[in-house]
Amino acid sequence: MNAIIVSALLGVILMFCSWGFKSESLQKNIALVGLLVLIAANLAQLNGWYVLDINTKGMLSFSRFGLYANTILFVLTFLYLWINAEEIEAIGHQAADFYALFFFILCGASILTSFDNLLMLFIGIEILSIPLYILTGSDKKNLMSNEAALKYFLMGSFSTGILLLGITLCYGAIGSFRLEAPVIVPSKGMAYEQYLLSAGLILIFAAMNFKVSSAPFHFWTPDVYDGAPTVFTSFMATIVKAAGFIAFIAVFHVQSKALGYSWELLLTFVIVSTLLVGNITAVFQRSVKRMLAYSSIAQAGFMLFALYGVSDFANEGILLYAVVYSVASIGIFAVLVKMKDYGFEAFNGLSKTHPLLAFVTTIFLLSLAGIPLTGGFFAKYYMLNAILTAGAGLWVVIVAVIFAAISVYYYFKVIQAMYFVQGSPAIKELPKTYTYKLLVLAIVLLVLGVFPNLLFNYLYF
Amino acid sequence: MFLLSFLIIPVVAAIVLLFIKHEKYAQDIAIVAGVASLTAAVNIILNNVGVVDLTWLQVLNSRFVLQADGLSKILILLTAISFPAIFIATSKNQVANKNIFLSLMLFTQAGLMGVFLAGDALLFYFFWELALIPVYFLCSIWGGEKRIAVTFKFFIYTFLGSLFMLIGIVYMYMHTKDHSFAYASFKAAGLTNMQQVTAFALFFIAFAIKMPIFPLHTWQPDAYDQSPTSVTMVLSAVMVKMGLYGIMRWLMPLFPSAFSAHTHIVMVLSIIGILYASFIAIKQDNIKKLIAYSSIAHIGLMSAALFANKEMGAQGVLIQLFSHGVNVLGLWIIADIIEQQTGTKLLSEMGGLAKKQPTLAILLVAFSFANVALPLTNAFVGEFLMFNSLFQVNPWMAAAAGVSVVLAAIYTLNMVQKCAYGEVSTAIQKMSANKPAQAVLIVLIIIVFVTGVYPQPLFDLTKDTLLQLFVK
Repeated sequence: MNAIIVSALLGVILMFCSWGFKSESLQKNIALVGLLVLIAANLAQLNGWYVLDINTKGMLSFSRFGLYANTILFVLTFLYLWINAEEIEAIGHQAADFYALFFFILCGASILTSFDNLLMLFIGIEILSIPLYILTGSDKKNLMSNEAALKYFLMGSFSTGILLLGITLCYGAIGSFRLEAPVIVPSKGMAYEQYLLSAGLILIFAAMNFKVSSAPFHFWTPDVYDGAPTVFTSFMATIVKAAGFIAFIAVFHVQSKALGYSWELLLTFVIVSTLLVGNITAVFQRSVKRMLAYSSIAQAGFMLFALYGVSDFANEGILLYAVVYSVASIGIFAVLVKMKDYGFEAFNGLSKTHPLLAFVTTIFLLSLAGIPLTGGFFAKYYMLNAILTAGAGLWVVIVAVIFAAISVYYYFKVIQAMYFVQGSPAIKELPKTYTYKLLVLAIVLLVLGVFPNLLFNYLYF
Repeated sequence: MFLLSFLIIPVVAAIVLLFIKHEKYAQDIAIVAGVASLTAAVNIILNNVGVVDLTWLQVLNSRFVLQADGLSKILILLTAISFPAIFIATSKNQVANKNIFLSLMLFTQAGLMGVFLAGDALLFYFFWELALIPVYFLCSIWGGEKRIAVTFKFFIYTFLGSLFMLIGIVYMYMHTKDHSFAYASFKAAGLTNMQQVTAFALFFIAFAIKMPIFPLHTWQPDAYDQSPTSVTMVLSAVMVKMGLYGIMRWLMPLFPSAFSAHTHIVMVLSIIGILYASFIAIKQDNIKKLIAYSSIAHIGLMSAALFANKEMGAQGVLIQLFSHGVNVLGLWIIADIIEQQTGTKLLSEMGGLAKKQPTLAILLVAFSFANVALPLTNAFVGEFLMFNSLFQVNPWMAAAAGVSVVLAAIYTLNMVQKCAYGEVSTAIQKMSANKPAQAVLIVLIIIVFVTGVYPQPLFDLTKDTLLQLFVK
C-alpha cells in the first residue's frame, strides 16, 4: 500500500516540479531522492508500518513476495536513473516529465505485485501501459518514434480489450473477480461455466503474453523497441517486463488448474515458439538494438518457465531472472546509447580504446548468454529446475538449451567485434564516471553469479 | 584446505599479471606460479591432504567440495607439469600483450584444476565452463587467420554439449533422495534402468564432444590448427582429458547399467574415429594438423578401451591419460619451435633438421617413438593394456583398432623422415638452438622413458580409482 500511495504522490510532485525548478540536475536529484523515499516506504511496509492503513476489501493483498518484488523493481529503477539520467535529459524539454511517468509506471507495477482481484490487474496494467505509450513517442521529431508509439498504442489497446473480455468471461463463470475464488477443476461433463472460464482464462493468457512480448503476440516488440528512444527501450525491456511477469505468475499460478491438461500444452507451445522466434530472428539482425529487442523476446521465453507450476524455484527464479536480466540489459543498453551507430561494426576495436567499458559489456553479454560465474547462469538454472520440478517433459528443456546455445551466437558477435576485430569504435564522448557506474552493474552480476542466494535471504523471514 | 592452493595460486598470479606490462617479469611470474602448482601437485601425491568442504549455496544444497583420488591426482600432475613446461618452452615466442595472454592461460589452468578436483556436480559444471571461457579469448585474439570463425565453432559446440550436461545434472539432482549435488548423493540416487539411460545420454553428449568421439569431432582439427601453439598444447595435452575424466568420474560409477548397455556402439564409433583420423593424418602435409589428427586417434583408442568396461583397459587409460599428455606436449613443442623459427607449418618445406639441429632431431625421433608406442616408451604400457581389453571384448575390434598402430607408424615416421632427413631446406636453414625449449623437452623425454620402463608408481597412484570402478 505504501508503495502505491507514495509512488503516485511522487509522480504528481515531479509532474509539477519543472515549474519550480528549471535545473535538470536538480530534477534528477529530486527523482533519485524520491526513489529512495519510495524504497524506504516499501521496506517500512515490509516491516509492518503503513502510511495509511486502508481496508481494500480484498482488492489488494500484500504478500512478502510481492513487497520484495517491489523493492527489487524500485532498486532497479534507481540504478537505471542513476546511470541514464543524462540521456533522458537530452530528450524532450523537461526531464522531470519523464521522471513523473516513471513514477506512474512504478505505481502500476506495485499494483501488479499486489492485486487480489482481476479488476485491479486491469487497472494496474493500464496505469503501467499508458505512460509507456508516451515514453515511446517522446522523441517527437523522430518519425520512427512516432510510428512506434502509435503502433504500440493501437496494439496495446487492442490487447487490453482482450484482457477485459477475458476478465468478463471469468466473472460470468465464477461470479467473482477475486483471484482466490474457488477454482473450478474440469470434470467429465463440462458445464457451461467451465467453457466460459476456460475461454476467459485463455483470453487473459493471450493479453498477458502480449504485455510480456512472448510469441505469437510479440509482433509489436521489435518495432517499438527499435523506434523508442534507446534509454526508454532499456526501461521497457527490463523493469516493465519484470513487473508484467510477476502479475502473469500471480494469475496463473492460481488459476491454471482450471485449464487442466491443455494449460501445459498451451504454455509449452508459447514457450517453444517464443524461444524459436526470438533466437532465430535475433541471429539475423544487423543492428545491435534490434538484436537486443529479439533477444528480449527470447529471454521472455525462459522466464515463462516459471509459469509452468508453483514451486519455490519458480518464485525465487523469476525474481533472480528479473534482476539478472534487467541489470545486464540496463547495462548493455547504457552502452548502446553512447554509440553513434547501432550496427555491430560500431563496436569494432572497443577493447583497444575503452578496455574497461569493453570488459563490462562482455560481462553483460556473458550474463545474458547464461555463462557460469555471471548471474545469468543461475537465473537460467533456476528456470530449468522450476520447469523440471513442475513435471514438464525433458524435451522442452532440451529445446530450450539448444536455443540457449544459439543465443551465444548473437551475443558473442558483439564480443567478437569488441575484441577480435580491428577498427575504431563509433562511440560518443564518455564522462569518466560513466564506466564506473556500469562497473557497479557488472559487479552485481558477478556477485550473483557466485552467491545467488544473497537475493533470497530477505525473501523469507 | 591444501587443495584450494590449486585454484588460488593460478588465479592470484593471473590477476597480478593483468597489471604487469613488462614482458620479462610477466613471463617470470607465470613460470613461478606454474612451478608452485607443480610443487603442490607433488605434495598431494606424496601426502594425504584431505578434502575441502565449504558452505556455498545452501538453498540449492550445493557445497564447495574439492577432493582428489588417483584419477584426479594423475590429471592434476599432468596439468601441473604441462603449464610450466609450456611457459618455459614458449618463453622466446613473440606475443602481443604477453601479460594478458599468460593471465588467461593461468585462468585456464585454474578452471582445469577445478574440473579435476570438484566433488560436487554443480561445482564441476561451473569449472567445466570456466575452463572454456579463457580459451575462447586466447584462441580468438592470438590465433591464426581463420581464428574467429573456428574458435566460435569450437565454443558453441562445447557449450551446447555442456548445456546438455547441465540438464543431466538437474535431472540427477531431482532424483537424489536428499536433493543435493554431492557426488555421494548422485551415486546413491538409485535410478531405474530407463532413467539411467536418459541421464547417461545427457552427460555423454558433453563428454563425447569434448574428447571428441566421431562424428562430433569436426571442431577439433581446425581449432588445433588455428589456435596459438601454446594454447593447442593445453587443448590437446590437458583439455581433451576432461572428456575422459568425465566418463570415469561420472558416467561409469553413476550409470553402470546404462554404461554397459552402450559399450558396443561407443566402441564402434571410437574405432571408426581412430581409423578415420589415422588415414587423414597420413595425407597431411601440415605438421600441426598431422599431430592434431594423431591425437584424435589416440584419444579414440582411449575411449574405446574405456568403454570395453574391463579393469585392464581402464588401467591402461589411467596410465595413458598421463602418457599421452606428455608425448603430445613434446611433439607440439617441437612443432612450435620449427614454426616460430621458420614460419612454415608444411612438412614439404622442411627437411635436414638432423644436420642443422641434431639435438632437436633426436628429440623429435624419441617423441615419435613414444607416439607410435614403441616398447620402452610410456605409451607402450598403456596401449598394451588397452588393446588387451579390446581383445577380451571382441577380437575383431582389437584387430581394427590394431591397424591404427600400423597407420600411426606410417604417418609418424613419414613426419620424421620429411622433417629430419634429406637436404637442409631453406626454411630449416634459418633455425638456431632454443635452449629453454630443449631443456623442457629433455625433461619430458626423461619422463617418457622412466615411466615407460618403470610404470609402477603410476599404477600405485591410480589403484584406488580402479578399485572403486571395478570392485563392487
